[in-house]
Amino acid sequence: MSAQSAQLAENTLQGEDGTDQYLTFILDGEDYGVDILRVQEIKGWEGATPMPNMPEFILGIINLRGTVVPVIDLRKFFKMKSASFDQTTVVIVVKIQDEEHAERTMGMVVDAVSEVHNIDKSDLRAAPDFGGAIDMNAIEGLATINDQMIIMLDIDHLMNSGVLQMLDDSQPTT
Amino acid sequence: MAASILAVDDSPSMRKMVSFTLTSAGYDVVTANDGVEALEIAKTSPDLRLVLTDVNMPNMDGISLVKHLRELRDYKFKPILILTTESSREKKLQGKQAGATGWIVKPFDPEQLINTLRRVLD
Amino acid sequence: MSIDLSEFHDIFFEECTEGLSVMEEGLLTLDKGADVEEINAIFRAAHSIKGGSASFGFTAISGFTHVMETLLDEMRDGRREVTREIVDLLLESVDVLRDMVTAAREEDESENQRTAEVQAKLERVLAGQAEAEPEAEAPAAAGAGSDSAASPAEAAPETEEPVQDADGTPAAAAGWKISFAPHESLLRSGNDPARIFRELERLGRLEVASDSADLPLFNAITPENSYLRWDLTLYGDIAEADIRELFSWVEDECDLTLTPFSAVEAVPAESEPAAPAAAPAEAAAAPAPQAVPESVAPDAAPAEVAEVAAKPSPAAAETEPKAAPKPAAKKQASNKESGSIRVGIDKVDALINMVGELVITQSMLSQISSNLEEGTTKNFDKLLDGITQLERNTRELQESVLQIRMLPISFSFSRFPRLVRDLSKSMGKQIELKMTGEHTEVDKTVLEKIGDPLVHLVRNSLDHGIETPDVRREKGKPETGVLELCAYHEGGDIIIQVKDDGAGLSRERILGKAVEKGLVSENEDLSDERVYNLIFMPGFSTADKISDVSGRGVGMDVVRRNVRDLGGNVTINNNAGGAGSTVTIRLPLTLAILDGQLVRIGQETFIVSLVSIVESLQMKREMINSITGQSELYRVRDEYIPIIRVNRLFGTREGTEDLLDGLLVVVESDGQRVGLFVDDLLGQQQVVIKSLETNFKQIQGISGATILGDGTVALIMDVPGLIQKHFESCKRADSGRAAAA
Repeated sequence: MSAQSAQLAENTLQGEDGTDQYLTFILDGEDYGVDILRVQEIKGWEGATPMPNMPEFILGIINLRGTVVPVIDLRKFFKMKSASFDQTTVVIVVKIQDEEHAERTMGMVVDAVSEVHNIDKSDLRAAPDFGGAIDMNAIEGLATINDQMIIMLDIDHLMNSGVLQMLDDSQPTT
Repeated sequence: MAASILAVDDSPSMRKMVSFTLTSAGYDVVTANDGVEALEIAKTSPDLRLVLTDVNMPNMDGISLVKHLRELRDYKFKPILILTTESSREKKLQGKQAGATGWIVKPFDPEQLINTLRRVLD
Repeated sequence: MSIDLSEFHDIFFEECTEGLSVMEEGLLTLDKGADVEEINAIFRAAHSIKGGSASFGFTAISGFTHVMETLLDEMRDGRREVTREIVDLLLESVDVLRDMVTAAREEDESENQRTAEVQAKLERVLAGQAEAEPEAEAPAAAGAGSDSAASPAEAAPETEEPVQDADGTPAAAAGWKISFAPHESLLRSGNDPARIFRELERLGRLEVASDSADLPLFNAITPENSYLRWDLTLYGDIAEADIRELFSWVEDECDLTLTPFSAVEAVPAESEPAAPAAAPAEAAAAPAPQAVPESVAPDAAPAEVAEVAAKPSPAAAETEPKAAPKPAAKKQASNKESGSIRVGIDKVDALINMVGELVITQSMLSQISSNLEEGTTKNFDKLLDGITQLERNTRELQESVLQIRMLPISFSFSRFPRLVRDLSKSMGKQIELKMTGEHTEVDKTVLEKIGDPLVHLVRNSLDHGIETPDVRREKGKPETGVLELCAYHEGGDIIIQVKDDGAGLSRERILGKAVEKGLVSENEDLSDERVYNLIFMPGFSTADKISDVSGRGVGMDVVRRNVRDLGGNVTINNNAGGAGSTVTIRLPLTLAILDGQLVRIGQETFIVSLVSIVESLQMKREMINSITGQSELYRVRDEYIPIIRVNRLFGTREGTEDLLDGLLVVVESDGQRVGLFVDDLLGQQQVVIKSLETNFKQIQGISGATILGDGTVALIMDVPGLIQKHFESCKRADSGRAAAA
């Protein structure tokens, strides 16, 4: 067995144990995580073309190798205080699916990515309703790693019921 | 090397179905849309082992194809089977006179078709 | 080995759809006179559907098609005259068949009443033929049957037919004893007794007994040889010819004897263990008096029949003066089928995308190279040459790739002969349909989306445009109205027109209706063109009575919306110097590419479709007017056009505010002119359109995005959308002030 396939087998085993890999990132000092299988790529912030009559959290659209991809400012979407963008500011490009299983590619700007963690789904705890700007359904659960709380996001819900739905409701904007 | 068969039918679904059936039985299959195309292929590929053709086709029908094939040196004695929904005695006689080896009426049972081909080819 | 054929179903269904349109189109041309090539094409289509459906196990479809095929076969052999009634019936059958195919595709197994009705109609027509003919020809040509290919000469009564005497009186048969002894070579020629037996079983109950007396010793057996002989018993009243037909392929490779046994004779057969009492009862219940004349002829002198069939039969020519030469004699290749392959549209779109990428990369390289200083690179000239060549190749590649998505508009036009035929019949009008430019190619998406609007326009012309024969006669017009559908290229656009020579548009009626509906105010001074195009406004309908043909005034606005979705526009006008009106649809050649004018507003670049731009100008203060201090108008020659401040409309703080600092781009949409206020004009270039909906959503006033040479994204303005948005926001501002006051 080659090293590669050994590793593959190990990964599969981990999967069976219910362990998933999450990419964690930082937003105003807090740790968030998304399922790494949904992450298409991570790229540096290079600006975006603004779109007319959009809420503030929609930064605009970027060119991702020929595809036009919308980018949202996650801080603004969560109504956190906004930060100026610098070299560590990154765009996490994710793939989301709507109810009809149509796939969309969208980007979200975060302060910085931290690392990849193996997290057992059964270890996730339900998040208490903290009455904040985040729709509770957009949170998959809370995990604890090295005494740090990580908020696991349900990316499909966040983008569909959150971002896109909110845009539909707010139309037409003037 | 697997024996190559030329399957001629103007219907794409029939062509697919026949070539699928034959390839799954281990034959190489070349297909043609009509008699004209089949004849062109036959002229340039003397190594084909068997021709399986529909009757009702545009441009050149199966019976004329058989006649033309029999005029080619390489195809004088090769098995040519007709696979058609046509089952009238009149048509069959035309086919026979043209020089067809056998007449199989559609719908065909894939396994039976293969058995027939095996018998003709082996 | 078991072979699953279900994966071929989709191909088969598509083929059926194609075959059905071939049949429909062909049948419609038969109205204008029977053409053997055409009948042949229809027959082949029916035949393919029958063969395919039988092979894939759709027995209802194959059963139905079989009946149609039989009728078509008679038509192509000249045995049946092509009448309007027959064509009508066959068209109806095509509809039924289409429904059956749809049902099979959707795995809907419910029975359809109409299927049975139409099938019965077909069968009645066929039976009518079989009954009528022997009467007409008997007694002289008794036995000649209905096969016109058989002239009396070949119809000599078959001596081998013991059950039938010359005048066709049958002996009541309870069944047949069949002795079948294949020669050793039979299997080698690809024949299989089992297959023959299976077919025999379809005729009646079959008992098979094999006789292995001739079987050689085991080590002498050659597996390819056949050594067995069979004794078969087939129960039922079956024509000998039907049985012989099944053996016809092998008749010179076997010894075959058929012996009938009558109901009386069958009784002793009861003692045979395998023959139950049911057999005689069955036979008695079916005395079957008919002579089966049809089967006699081919059986009579097979060799000659085959030969004669190749040339026109004099007998047939006499009885059916219209019958054209036999198909076999006319073997001219009708090269309707050009070679093609079927690929998924996603593959094509992926290719188009990649080429789009390439175009961008290429223009990036061009831009960089134009900024290079001469002599900075060693092979500077060669590099420039290479880039120029790359540009040319890229453009050609792009054009060819886009060509893949293009299909002739005939795919959409093809439904109209039928539609016009049916509608004019039901409305009691006489209408001739003329179509030109069917080969004009349009994008696949255009083709899919233009169908319904065209149907609506055609219906509208038939319903409201072209008058009834009486009215036309009174007006001194020919009784038959002409409806013209044409398509052609003009510049970078595709033009599709629906023209009629009917009553035309009435300015008074339309204006009256528009005022009544509050679409325009009474004292507005409008050009004829503006008035006519009011009929595309939502909720507008001038029909005095609501008919089920063109609906209730929902429609024309939908037509316009659909056309706009395709990036085009639609206008209507009365024909110059003649009767009737013309609807003109103008569409971009492709939905993937746009000739664009790049404009700047603040830091951002936007693209305006060149087609919609009338002119661009620098404004003069004295020509700027404002109404109620809100709406700004600019006077261009004699016309006041609204100024749209795009930056304000888009809600950005960017861009200049002083009208004299920027430029006015005058654009037109649906006869309405407006001026777009922008900071500056940049270059013109072809851009690849990217949908915003793929990853995001539609935005009012924006039709898509594109990627510029430097890799940044620019938005493409949607002119009709912008105009609409502008007027909406004016109204809101008005009502806002009214509320405040």
